[in-house]
Amino acid sequence: MGFLELNHITKRFANFTAVENFNLEVEKGEFVSFLGPSGCGKTTTLRMIAGFETPTSGKIIINGEDVTYRAPNQRKIGMVFQSYALFPNMTVADNIGFGLKVARKPTAEIKERVKEMLLLIHMEEFADRYPYQISGGQQQRVALARAIAIRPTLLLLDEPLSALDAKIRVELRNEIRAIQQKLGITTIYVTHDQEEALSLSDRVVVMNKARMEQVGAPFEIYNFPQTPFVASFVGTLSILNAEVVNPAQGLLKVDGQEFYGPGGLEARPGDILRIALRPEIVSLKETAADMNRMNVQVQTITFLGSVVRVQVKLETSRMFFDLFNNPSLQLPREGENLTIYFPKSACLVLGK
Amino acid sequence: MKRFWSWLWIALGAVYFFLPLYATLRFSLMMKKGELSLLAYEKVLTDPAFVKAFVFSAEMAVFTILVSLLLVVPTAYWVHLRLPQLKPVMEFITMLPFVIPAIVLVFGLIRAYSKPPLLLTPSPALLVMAYCVLAMPYMYRSVDVGLRAIDVRTLTEAAQSLGAGWPTILFKVIFPNLRSALLGGTFLTFAIVIGELTIAASLAWPALGPYMAVLGQNRAYEPAALAIMSFVLTWGSILLIELVGRGRGGLRSDQLAGTH
Ligand SMILES: Nc1ncnc2c1ncn2[C@@H]1O[C@H](COP(=O)(O)OP(=O)(O)OP(=O)(O)O)[C@@H](O)[C@H]1O
Ligand SMILES: [Mg+2]
Repeated sequence: MGFLELNHITKRFANFTAVENFNLEVEKGEFVSFLGPSGCGKTTTLRMIAGFETPTSGKIIINGEDVTYRAPNQRKIGMVFQSYALFPNMTVADNIGFGLKVARKPTAEIKERVKEMLLLIHMEEFADRYPYQISGGQQQRVALARAIAIRPTLLLLDEPLSALDAKIRVELRNEIRAIQQKLGITTIYVTHDQEEALSLSDRVVVMNKARMEQVGAPFEIYNFPQTPFVASFVGTLSILNAEVVNPAQGLLKVDGQEFYGPGGLEARPGDILRIALRPEIVSLKETAADMNRMNVQVQTITFLGSVVRVQVKLETSRMFFDLFNNPSLQLPREGENLTIYFPKSACLVLGK
Repeated sequence: MKRFWSWLWIALGAVYFFLPLYATLRFSLMMKKGELSLLAYEKVLTDPAFVKAFVFSAEMAVFTILVSLLLVVPTAYWVHLRLPQLKPVMEFITMLPFVIPAIVLVFGLIRAYSKPPLLLTPSPALLVMAYCVLAMPYMYRSVDVGLRAIDVRTLTEAAQSLGAGWPTILFKVIFPNLRSALLGGTFLTFAIVIGELTIAASLAWPALGPYMAVLGQNRAYEPAALAIMSFVLTWGSILLIELVGRGRGGLRSDQLAGTH
């Protein structure tokens, strides 16, 4: 039994289904991300956990208690919003202490806890500033401290970093993870940024069109996507339309060149399947035994910083792959003919 | 050259605005023959009828402010929080008093409430109700602007998740951030009620508006003094709104942006 249980949650607005049959168990202290494109129902699910929306059907259980219909101010759940939502009329210290004051804690205790929180977010000297006097990143740290100050049973974050610029984003996300681990708070983190979800989470829930597509550790989600959507949404893919030669063996053919995908394909010979490859899995040397090989011609080379993306063409089909950048990298030339290698297990089948 | 023309127009505008004011001020000081004095002001302020009328109107203004705050603030808050699709409807309804002349409104009120079982015309409550209608566009607009400037929904939810109930949310989170908006609405309402003539006269109340009208017909210097006093009162109020609005809890552009 999990610490947080979402049992067959469905949410409909009029006749539009925003979340359908959402089922999840989260362990105490776990960090789980909801990842998915805009409008897939991440925020709605989070708002149901927080109590701002009521599920059309299904149950929400926290620590063994059914809280499905409990008011949001009775749930003791810390929430961090994309827009920070600090109270503009209160100082940083008053913002952090708000929840404790509402709970009628003694003044001395509030003061102590606020100090502790300020220390945790490294903002001791900002206690008396107003929200408009500090930067966006600082405001979000205060919002985090305010949510944690009440010792919530759960911490919910809805795209907390989307309004910040790239550098602060990485800094703050590491800080969030560090604080979460230090305090052992069970956390749900909503994002549409796959890098954020993969780098922070114990587990990732990939959502699409109101449904859960896959739940798993970042490693599993990235390397073993279970649906075509997960494969294409998480990470980058190079896609080939290949003809099935022998479905049982997984033998495929593209522009006359044969290669192997996973065996036991659910297709008939002659069918065309969409086969995807992660661009980083392709290499220019045979690094293991029994790899697929393909002869290609280089079309364009794009420098992307840490990787170099190489667009190639077979006869009519095109694909691309990445080479890790380093100063001694021998870049292929445009128009050059190459042989590329990739493991048979690397082919992801996306369907017809 | 362009500058010259801009300044010329500003100067012309200022003359157009200040000349009558200056003339009135000067005239109001000339009650005593051959010298400038505050005699007209003294006369007005010591007239028991004036004091009575002013106190009555001020009382009506206070009631109007209380009733319309109680009516408008929760309504506007709820519309922002839960029924944002009703905003255009609210805007239309609150504009109606601009379209319907006060005289039409008051005849409607008299027709509807002058006979039992709805005999309200002898009660000042009817006057306050009519004033609430008159003040509604100003009150609603002020509050609406204030609510637009803060993220009502998220602030409410943030407070809820921290355990706050409705009284705490309203009095500790929402109202303090609406302070200058509420003050603006309050001052505007006060200004409207204190000088209102049509409704007060039609319902036969001894308010300041009717008093001034009678005075204007029968006296020379006192109305000028009254005009100057009400001008100072109005501008004083506006200045006060500005000052209070600048302070803590007021609306500031850098506070509204959220990200910076
Ligand atoms: N109160 C509501 N009434 C009607 N439809 C709603 C309501 N709230 C959300 N929806 C719809 O439900 C769907 C899911 O919304 P949700 O906010 O959960 O998406 P999301 O995954 O958080 O997207 P984003 O990444 O853009 O924030 C959307 O299509 C949205 O239009
Ligand atoms: Mg969202």
